Amino acid sequence: MKKLWKKIFAKKERTVAQQIRRRTIFSFTVFSLLLFVGYEGWLWLYDQPDTASGAKKPLREGLQVNEGIFRKIFSNDHLAKSYPKSAAVKQPKVNGDVGMSSGFDYMHWRMKLVRKPGDTISVSLQDILMMPKTEVIFDFKCVEGWSQVTHWGGVRFSDFAKKYNLDTQTNMQYVGLVTPDKQYYVGIDMPSMMHPQTLLCYEMNGKFLPLDQGFPLRLIIPVKYGIKHLKRIGTIYFSNERPADYWAERGYDYYSGL
Amino acid sequence: MVWSGLLIYWANDVYKLGWGNTTVLKFFPDSFYKALNLSSHLSRGMAFHFIFMWVFFLNGLLYFLYTIFSGEWKYLLPNKHSFKEAWQVVLHDLHLRKKAPPQDKYNAAQRIAYSSIVVMGFASIITGLAIYKPIQLNWLCWLCGGYEAARVEHFILVWGYVFFFLVHVMQVILAGWNNFQAMVTGFEVVKEEQAVTEKIKEQE
Repeated sequence: MKKLWKKIFAKKERTVAQQIRRRTIFSFTVFSLLLFVGYEGWLWLYDQPDTASGAKKPLREGLQVNEGIFRKIFSNDHLAKSYPKSAAVKQPKVNGDVGMSSGFDYMHWRMKLVRKPGDTISVSLQDILMMPKTEVIFDFKCVEGWSQVTHWGGVRFSDFAKKYNLDTQTNMQYVGLVTPDKQYYVGIDMPSMMHPQTLLCYEMNGKFLPLDQGFPLRLIIPVKYGIKHLKRIGTIYFSNERPADYWAERGYDYYSGL
Repeated sequence: MVWSGLLIYWANDVYKLGWGNTTVLKFFPDSFYKALNLSSHLSRGMAFHFIFMWVFFLNGLLYFLYTIFSGEWKYLLPNKHSFKEAWQVVLHDLHLRKKAPPQDKYNAAQRIAYSSIVVMGFASIITGLAIYKPIQLNWLCWLCGGYEAARVEHFILVWGYVFFFLVHVMQVILAGWNNFQAMVTGFEVVKEEQAVTEKIKEQE
């Protein structure tokens, strides 16, 4: 009995060698465990299937958390930097033709403005041209990583909303835009849409838009990546739900704010 | 972070080393993308990058706070001798100089490397945010010299990490098991006779 007691007691007064041994074993256990958890965690994340929203679920949720954070610092006072006209490129890049189907009858084009379901009015290019023109010359940014200084002219969306008495509508959360052939569509949060540099745009470099740049009317929204600058607007509508978004369905960030 | 960054960079891989129309090295050759399966995953790259930026940031912040509050910073920050001694460390490690410079917990070259990596991490966050939100954080973008400049800086910093990583791993392998054990446990086992001989050597 005494012997056993001694044995247990002795364990408490460890020699230096024992202490080193214990701490080493402990440290290496923690080290291996961290490696294991890191590795397994990575495998778990990487093996998550792509969801209908085009991105892995945890990643999509993460993007939405980021959106929540960065929406807080959004302000109408934060303007995209303006450049002199001479800095603008003569031939801006044409990057994508989804929604630009051939056989488009631009002579009879009218924009459908859906004030609420069942209450749609038509807006002609004439109507748009009668409103005050705003020009922006800014560094257009693509998700791909390139950027170009480009020069656009059109009507501020906020001016347009005022003229068409869209107060109820602009108190909603989102705006949806769709091309006439319904192939391309974007959803924009209201604060970005009401930003003073967001234009319903009909001019590029002081002339009417070329067809491949969205004639007669396109969206120019400097606070977003290029994927949101829908060309050839067919329909505008308002919603508190997120409108469908072409590139968000293909795994990109819905917000895509700059 | 580097992997997802490469997925993003692929979409607009414009950087190269060279002058005029002469290209010495293009970043990156097609074979590089092919070997690592980096092509056509831009959206995936962005999603991963913008999640792991938080891991990068929090990890860096915790490490930084730890070094401050534990007092470890005293061993990590270069002092006035470090820059001269670091050169001696390099020469010694390349076997061009016989006498070993003072080691302490970390030698001069280590002090500079371990402090630089913290500064680089900070710079990656700044340049990264400048690219991520160039309008809402336009003052950061301005600080980096503009959007395009921030992107170049963000890219060059990665080469710094690659260089650090390669040298670091090589040094750990060369330093042997005892050193690696010390990296994990936080203490180094030195046998008494060995310690005494080293002390004597130092005094000589």
